[in-house]
Amino acid sequence: MRLASILYMRFRSLFSRAKVEQDLDEELRYHLERQLEEDVAAGMSREDARRAALKAFQDLAQRKEECRDMRGWNLIDNLTQDFRFTLRQLRKNPGFTATAILMLALGMCASVAIFAFVDAALFKPLPYRNPATLLGVYEHIDLCPRCNLSYLDYADWKKLNKVFTSLELYHGNGYILTTPSGVEPAPAVQVSAGFFRTLGVAPALGRDFYASEDRPGAPRTVMLSHDSWMKRYGGKPDVLGRSVILDNNPYVIIGVLPADFHFAPQGLPEFWTMEDGTGSCEKRRSCHNSYGIARLKDGVTIQSAQADISLIAAQLEKQYPDSNHGQGALVLPLSERIVGDIRPILLVLLGGAGLLLLIACVNVASLLLVRAESRRREMSVRSALGASRVRLIRQFVTEGLVLVAAGSLIGLTSASWAMQLLKRLIPAGMLSGMPFLQGLGLNLRVSLFGCGIALLAAVLFSVTPALRLSFAEMREGLGEGSRGSAGNTWRRLGSKLVVVELATAMVLLVGAGLLGQSLYRLLHVDLQFQPDHLATLMVGAPDSTYAKDPQAVALARQIMRRVLSLPGVTSAGTTSLFPVSYNGNTDWIRFVGRPYNGQHNEVNEREVSAGYFATLGAKMLRGRYFGEAEDDSKPKVVIINQALAKKYFPGEDPIGKVIGDTELTPKSLRQIIGIVDDIREGSLDAEIWPAEYLPFNQNPNTYMSLVVRTSQSEESTLPALTATIHDIDHNIVTFDVRSMRDRIENSTSAYMHRSSAWLVGGFAALALLLGVVGLYGVIAYSVSQRTREIGVRMALGAEPNSVYALILKEAGWLTCAGICVGMICSLAATTLMGKLLFGIRSWDVATLIVVAAVLGVSALVASFIPARRAASVNPVEALRAE
Amino acid sequence: MSKPTDLVQGTLDLLVLKVIALEPMHGWAIAQRIRQISGDVLQVGQGALYPSLHKLEQNGWISSKWAISENNRRAKYYTLTKAGRKAMEQEAAQWERLSTAITLVVGKA
Repeated sequence: MRLASILYMRFRSLFSRAKVEQDLDEELRYHLERQLEEDVAAGMSREDARRAALKAFQDLAQRKEECRDMRGWNLIDNLTQDFRFTLRQLRKNPGFTATAILMLALGMCASVAIFAFVDAALFKPLPYRNPATLLGVYEHIDLCPRCNLSYLDYADWKKLNKVFTSLELYHGNGYILTTPSGVEPAPAVQVSAGFFRTLGVAPALGRDFYASEDRPGAPRTVMLSHDSWMKRYGGKPDVLGRSVILDNNPYVIIGVLPADFHFAPQGLPEFWTMEDGTGSCEKRRSCHNSYGIARLKDGVTIQSAQADISLIAAQLEKQYPDSNHGQGALVLPLSERIVGDIRPILLVLLGGAGLLLLIACVNVASLLLVRAESRRREMSVRSALGASRVRLIRQFVTEGLVLVAAGSLIGLTSASWAMQLLKRLIPAGMLSGMPFLQGLGLNLRVSLFGCGIALLAAVLFSVTPALRLSFAEMREGLGEGSRGSAGNTWRRLGSKLVVVELATAMVLLVGAGLLGQSLYRLLHVDLQFQPDHLATLMVGAPDSTYAKDPQAVALARQIMRRVLSLPGVTSAGTTSLFPVSYNGNTDWIRFVGRPYNGQHNEVNEREVSAGYFATLGAKMLRGRYFGEAEDDSKPKVVIINQALAKKYFPGEDPIGKVIGDTELTPKSLRQIIGIVDDIREGSLDAEIWPAEYLPFNQNPNTYMSLVVRTSQSEESTLPALTATIHDIDHNIVTFDVRSMRDRIENSTSAYMHRSSAWLVGGFAALALLLGVVGLYGVIAYSVSQRTREIGVRMALGAEPNSVYALILKEAGWLTCAGICVGMICSLAATTLMGKLLFGIRSWDVATLIVVAAVLGVSALVASFIPARRAASVNPVEALRAE
Repeated sequence: MSKPTDLVQGTLDLLVLKVIALEPMHGWAIAQRIRQISGDVLQVGQGALYPSLHKLEQNGWISSKWAISENNRRAKYYTLTKAGRKAMEQEAAQWERLSTAITLVVGKA
């Protein structure tokens, strides 16, 4: 009841203004007339009564104002007034307004866009049930701390552990998919039966795999990814029960995964099938090809899970010393497996964007301070005319709010645009490994983040100018104040702000410098082969035709012959895994004629064709290449790299020595016939591992990585290559068709380094610009405040040079302070990003010196302009001006 | 002109509420009535009275209506609302406590 009447009154006050005003007027007039009548009746002379009434009428305006206050009109009235006044003021200073809004928008755009990535990767929960209790399970050896599992070890862990409600495995192996229009490669993942139940993911259509479906002999079934369902079946529900031909075997479709499901470690597979444990690798305990996921039992910590699984690993090590020597176990949160690699980069980028935002805000704040300073007189006048302090402060607050609102609006809009642009810049291959970026956008969290920034900025911008508004100063402002002493507050606070800006710019510049050098060093790392003019592609031949070794060898020979006859092709070769991919696909070697204590001598193993090393342009240090005729009928041979020679044959000649597997089974024995330079097999920033190269013809495979040296451009050769291979047999698939340069430059490590270097570099450039503009603003303002002082000095005989010195000294102090503070901060900051650096220390002296010099010179230039203006002051004018 | 500070803060509201609790009244009459009842001690000026009336109206404690006054002119009459009566009782009790307390202190000292 009361609430309703209050609301009614408020609405009436707001919307029937004229009526209410009129009422108020009439009400007060009535009172005055009664007063007049009474006064006259009381015997006051008409003259006196009229004077009293007139006086009362003069107060009438004040009374009405008080009544309005009581009705709460004034607040709204003043707000609209303040708002209009602010807009007018801002329009009068388009330069100031545009600068402030743009700077704010820039800082906002950068930080919100980067935050959106951070959010999508790190904050957005994974699309699994209770992701916090999901673990990644690995085997652990010294060389490879998070390594793949062997199937048999996995089976034992699954049986013996007491800490997981379930333990499942997965590994990715593509299929050759038969479609009505021919064959094509299809990415796929093989999982154990409880994989999706462990993740807590239910199919969007159809059923999950049955618990027994991964046993040998079970009917072949397949689950489709949502994308694959849409792409290949148009999203029709009748796919269930239909069959798909994968590697020439029919699989029955049993389900479709939800649209938002993703599993980043395997990219974007189309098909999910069962691992039944019947493969040749699955039968050997020493063959590691899978990864594990597990769900913790309620109340079990990661530490106790780690302890339990380590115990089992130790037990297996005793039980199977041949295969399990040195094989530990490791569990980590699954999120680590999914976003662990990208986390440090994202955090560094977020830090960079945050610093840019800081510098932008500080810049705008100091602009506002200058403005407040130059409006002292206006404020004093308004205060003298009766504006309350609150009212004046409200003016600044309104101005701050308007600026922040405009800046945020532009900032957020451009951020949503910038994040899509950044996402589009990620190469498709990399993007498929980051499916969590699909949800990138201005979602609730990102918007809240943006609003939080806007709020902070609003507080900062309204408080800064209001801070310096005190009554004492205001009185000063009317009198002497606008002269010499006026800039004191400004110089105290404003100049400190510019030190913050310069220091921040320094941190970003040092970060960018280090990341840039890391990138340069990474891209110029010695590959030990000639990556130019190499066309590469993967070839996959169907087992149905080429399963037998001689068939595969014959196919490889035919491919070589046809490829070499292509125009421009000078040589060609195949390997099992392209260089600059990863260290892995390893073998354990043992040396004939040496004592063996069961340790695992882990080396990279690659099967390469006779022409491979020559095609790469890798240097043979000793010995000879494989011969094309060296197949199963000839003695088994092997070529090792220099790292292997150095590690296992120090001070010996390896040529002619024989190596074999851990048991030295006769058919594994191979004689070393050559030493090749350390071709970079792993990623650009990885160590060189010892490696052995086996002749393809003695170890053939239906999958091969083809490397072709061409005298023409790679791009023009690639289409001819794929056409030739399809021409040999249209059932052969080709994929991953790229130049070697592209492979290297867009490799994960290169891409990560490049994106962080460019983004932080961009932030740093903007920060430098903002910082220098800030310094220019400070010095220019200082000069304008000191014009009179400078005039006096010059009138008293000061030379222009001493005026230059005066101004440049002020700038020099600020710059030095900024550089010193920045130096200390950047040492702290770069230590934090040590993980991202390659081939350079985080306290690289050269970088620090160069950055300090760049900052110093830019600052000098920025302060030279106002200094020149100061030196060219005409003393007579300067003195007369006031 | 008496300012609100002449009266203990908030007391004017109570006086106004009390006075119009008897019958609907316009501003001038309210001021006169307070003066009369207080034996010319409390002189409420328009400067204090009207803001107070408007505040009370905004609070929903009194409502207003235009009517013809005793001298045949249009005047704005204020009436106590139900909520206003409750508020008045509370304020009165509050005042009772306060004035008793003050009397106690002043009497003792």
